[in-house]
Amino acid sequence: MIVADLTPDEFAERLTTIGLGIRFGPFKLRIHSNLPTFARVAYPLYAPYPLLSVDHLLDFHIQISSPPGLRRWLRRQACFALDGHFPFAPYTVEHAFPALEWGINWCIATRAHHLLLLHAAGVERDGRAILFPASPGDGKSTLCTALIHSGWRLLSDEFGLVLPEDGRLLPVPRVIPLKNESIDVIRRFRPEAVIGPSFLNTRKGTVAHVQPPIDSIRRAREPAWARWLVFPRWVADAPLSLQPITKSQAFLMVASNAFNYDVLDETSFRLINAMVRTCDCFTLVYSRLEEAISALDQLDRVDHV
Amino acid sequence: MSDKSSENLRAQRLLLDALRHPDELPALSAADWDLLLRVARRTRLLGRLEVSLAIRDALAKIPERAADHLRASRNVIKHRQTLVAWEVNRLLWALADIDTPLILLKGTAYLLAGLSPASGRIFADVDLLVAEERLDEIEARLLARGWFRTQIDPYDDRYYRVWMHEIPPLRHRERGTEIDIHHRLLPKTSRLASSPESLFAAALPLSNRRLHILAPVDMVLHALVHLFLEGDPEEGLRLRDLLDVHELLRNFNDRPDFWSELIPRARELGFQRPLYYGLLHAQELFATPIPASLTAELAQLAPRWPIKVLMARLIRLALLPEHPDHPRRSAAIARWLLYARAHWLRMPPALLSKHLLRKLWLRCQGGRKRIDLAQLDLKQQ
Repeated sequence: MIVADLTPDEFAERLTTIGLGIRFGPFKLRIHSNLPTFARVAYPLYAPYPLLSVDHLLDFHIQISSPPGLRRWLRRQACFALDGHFPFAPYTVEHAFPALEWGINWCIATRAHHLLLLHAAGVERDGRAILFPASPGDGKSTLCTALIHSGWRLLSDEFGLVLPEDGRLLPVPRVIPLKNESIDVIRRFRPEAVIGPSFLNTRKGTVAHVQPPIDSIRRAREPAWARWLVFPRWVADAPLSLQPITKSQAFLMVASNAFNYDVLDETSFRLINAMVRTCDCFTLVYSRLEEAISALDQLDRVDHV
Repeated sequence: MSDKSSENLRAQRLLLDALRHPDELPALSAADWDLLLRVARRTRLLGRLEVSLAIRDALAKIPERAADHLRASRNVIKHRQTLVAWEVNRLLWALADIDTPLILLKGTAYLLAGLSPASGRIFADVDLLVAEERLDEIEARLLARGWFRTQIDPYDDRYYRVWMHEIPPLRHRERGTEIDIHHRLLPKTSRLASSPESLFAAALPLSNRRLHILAPVDMVLHALVHLFLEGDPEEGLRLRDLLDVHELLRNFNDRPDFWSELIPRARELGFQRPLYYGLLHAQELFATPIPASLTAELAQLAPRWPIKVLMARLIRLALLPEHPDHPRRSAAIARWLLYARAHWLRMPPALLSKHLLRKLWLRCQGGRKRIDLAQLDLKQQ
């Protein structure tokens, strides 16, 4: 069963009663919400994701709801809760959806320490993956969105989840939050891309979410091996440049972009070391998505020869 | 019985059974694991479950997803233990030429002395006890060697320095680990306050002779005082602290004189009540072995009848975890009452009312509690 098997009313009813059981890659969640605005935005974006029964062992029990007690009558707010606790200040009710999506990132980043958590986007084709470790603002989400609408499969736009036992990457193909100018860039690049409403004035500016292609969501349980490490940077009007870098440079850049390098200690060192040894490593500077994609496709083709 | 209370009972049963009979964990259903992981995380006891399964080689016998959560917790705990041990190493470096014993407290002591409560226990910061007259010197030295005072408002700073038993926490510029430096076990203003000299005299050196730990009886009493008098109205009484006490008592059980010294020492330090409540509830919840010969003497430490019954109920309510989806008002009230009681014992009435008025004023001004993201992240384990 997938979310689309429910009607919008059934979807909204689950959110307010037993909770919506949903799977994003390796993570099983239960979501509660009493906000109709949230249900309306979430239904179409979550439509292709697997539905779960909630009487199971789940990873995160979360909630995006109006404030508890009397406050709900004073202000129209949305509060994110994890296991009944409210870790953050309330959001305006219009931003309930991006707040929940951000909250899920926080759950993964603070709890999934059985995995090495790289801060990286990742895409895959024919069993070989490109990882894009980058800091926020370097354009990894935009590039990743363009690639998955050009024949690559989405692993994640945010988390490189590395299995400690063998170093494979676990996909977690969630909706991708595009920020500010990137939204129109992707609309022009692929008019058929499924993009949710734009949320204005969030803590990160304007945000709109892209639904990954159905194939990426269906294959969410197929891990992949990293074959390339590419450090992207978008620079206005810059000519395309894809430059090889040394393994030691790549190591430092991956390690310093990890969420929990220090927590996994020696295991992190071993995993990233093995990864940079088996990957070809590049920096990519680009201004036009088409050029960047054809350069990355080229890497893949060379590999096939 | 309402659904709410039966769900709460189920949550409590699951956690207590898991702690007492870890052998039976592999028999739990997926739905039981779901709830157990949630309450164990809330009480920050995931690491204990991991350790008890790991020593039985039973992690492969539980659902893979549950094992992942436990492994995640183990990784964080191992990392925190490394950080705490390293911070102690750096303290020894920074204070190399200040010739005064450093007494490690709580988790830091369990870890460095290799005591069993350390295994699977989450560590937040380093706790030290030093002689009050050496405080200024020690603080100045640490400030000169890379530590800084975490930002607190002048009222809070004064609150710490004039009335409390510790100075405001220091944090290292690069490492971020916090150090709490104490000069006594309870606030200077506390009704139970006793002079700390006898603690120093009884402290035991570790193999690095500059480091000390409290004598076994003092260590148990401190853990109890910390449990009952340094609570948090939201968290309630920390079950994990009572579990520390249970582990310590098992550790020291075979030591000659341990049990015979415990009650006299509690009387000497004025900690009879924390000892009475602690032993009572440890025995009830964890079946802690307590010699029968102590029962009569222990009973003498109990308060009078109505208080005794009321306190037993409140403590139980505040110690046991709630079902995360079914919080109860009664437990919230119990937590609040015990918090108020702890404050009552910490400060004389005039001071207490001044302090509470100020806190109330701050709240009305809409001042939000500072959210420390690092601490918040740590609480996820």
